[in-house]
Amino acid sequence: MREIFVLTEHRQGQIRDVTFEMLTKGRELAGKTNTELTAVLFGKEVKNHAKILSDYAKNVLLVEDAKLENFNSEAYQKVLSNLIRERKPLLTLIGHTSFGVDLAPSLAVSLGTPLATDCVDLEFEDEKFTVTRQMYGGKVNVNAVLRKAESYIATVRQATFPVEKGAPMNGEIIEVPSPLSEEITKKRFVEYVLPPPGGVDITAAEVLVGIGRGIKDESNIPPVEELAKVLGGALACSRPIVDKGWLPNDRQVGSSGRTVKPKLYIALGISGAFQHVLGMKNSDLIIAVNKDPKAPIFGVADYGVVEDLFKIVPPLKSKIQELKG
Amino acid sequence: MDIIVCVKHVPETAEAEIKIDGTGKAIEKNGLVFDINEWDDYALEEAVLLKEKFGGTVTAITVGSEDADSVLRKCLARGADKATRLTDPKFEGSDGYAIARILAKVIKDLPFNMILTGTQAGDDGYAVVGVILAELLGIPHATMVKKIELNDEVAKLNRELEGGLEEIVEVKLPAVLTIQTGINEPRYVSIMGTRKAMKKEIKVLGLAEVGLGENEVGEAGSWIKMEKMYVPPVEKQAEFLKGSPEEIAVKIAEILKAKGLV
Repeated sequence: MREIFVLTEHRQGQIRDVTFEMLTKGRELAGKTNTELTAVLFGKEVKNHAKILSDYAKNVLLVEDAKLENFNSEAYQKVLSNLIRERKPLLTLIGHTSFGVDLAPSLAVSLGTPLATDCVDLEFEDEKFTVTRQMYGGKVNVNAVLRKAESYIATVRQATFPVEKGAPMNGEIIEVPSPLSEEITKKRFVEYVLPPPGGVDITAAEVLVGIGRGIKDESNIPPVEELAKVLGGALACSRPIVDKGWLPNDRQVGSSGRTVKPKLYIALGISGAFQHVLGMKNSDLIIAVNKDPKAPIFGVADYGVVEDLFKIVPPLKSKIQELKG
Repeated sequence: MDIIVCVKHVPETAEAEIKIDGTGKAIEKNGLVFDINEWDDYALEEAVLLKEKFGGTVTAITVGSEDADSVLRKCLARGADKATRLTDPKFEGSDGYAIARILAKVIKDLPFNMILTGTQAGDDGYAVVGVILAELLGIPHATMVKKIELNDEVAKLNRELEGGLEEIVEVKLPAVLTIQTGINEPRYVSIMGTRKAMKKEIKVLGLAEVGLGENEVGEAGSWIKMEKMYVPPVEKQAEFLKGSPEEIAVKIAEILKAKGLV
């Protein structure tokens, strides 16, 4: 029987969430396409991971090698392309993460297999493989069809598919000898580094005022910071603010920054790209101010204001001060 | 250190309201401001910084229409030495794979130690061109690069991972590095620089000069084909607060008071 592969993503001893999200979606797709769900796991001494995965997949293909201890696209590509050539899965799912982005495109070229990246949905219908993607920072969706092929590769957006464990599948763990006979020479993993912590821990704040591109200039930040202070909270931001060097990176909320869950999150001039939303959507109360009425941030906010943030901040600050007496 | 930087001309949409056009497969471009793709802007700056440190040349390349000249002029004004635009009606509809194939065909005959491009583009967001280009050229790559240190034939790089974590990797040159935003501070261009750049030549190559067949580019040469574009379905919509800024401020303050937040 043909298979759907899910490539396991793990780091520092942990299987990353996106793996289980893909396994859940993979199970649904396997059911619809009459294929078997197979988790693919590479690493060094990762049998404990294989055991966990066997609850979620019919097969677990395990390749152990010291050269696979940390993610390395050169090593991963060699091993995974071998497995795909041998077993010809209908589809291989890989996370659209720093790991998948480094691997999937070159893997697809080496195999001559069509690839769709950053998918938020996937569907097989009458031999046609259609994916849903987003463009323009999440402002539009696109349905796209892959060129007809024997086998496909897709990278899947994180935190898009819910994890459902379902009945344990008691998958078979199949150990595959590592094909890596030679050294990996072009690329070498050195170490993980965590940027030094700054003065403020935004994950501990009960109130956060988040700023985005709409703030326009660094000189516009102090009045917003005052609003945050009046509310007894801290200032947070979306990626562009850190990229410009206006706030340190420990203030960044989102997939490449921190995940926060304050009682109140006020988003000012933040459009609400997926990466930012991922980091704040579980806040208790979200109020968003943005000039674009179609900004995706209004899809996660409880209350929305379509207005220039600079017109809202001063009266809001004085109203809060009044209330506080 | 000869560096090639691949750039793209894209509409700025982060703060603009977007409409889908009559074809149902593209957005209404009228009224949008176009500029260099944000990620490529950082890649360009990194290329120029490396040139300033180690000498050599920077060549900017784009696949796009004549309008993309504005982006190439910007590259020249910012410190690129040469610029090439790959333009042909047949290139339209190309996905990231077809674009990378066009680039690879031209770049393989150029001298270079390093190719830089943005991790992704702000329009289609495929995040594939740099890595496919590397594979087609048979050289290594690294994506989401936030720091570059050069020691002889090896680049020591910081790659951005999730949750604020980074990893350090070493990659043998020549290589393709895809650059993440925030790696540097793109410089502003002086009026003098802009004027000088206006006089520089932009080399233009079409399908025949590039040396690819019609079925290797555009939709025919792509892995994926767009069927339909639409506004994402709204699962939840915020309750909109209306009125003058003063009235809105009062409403927000009342909500916060009711929730015990002030």
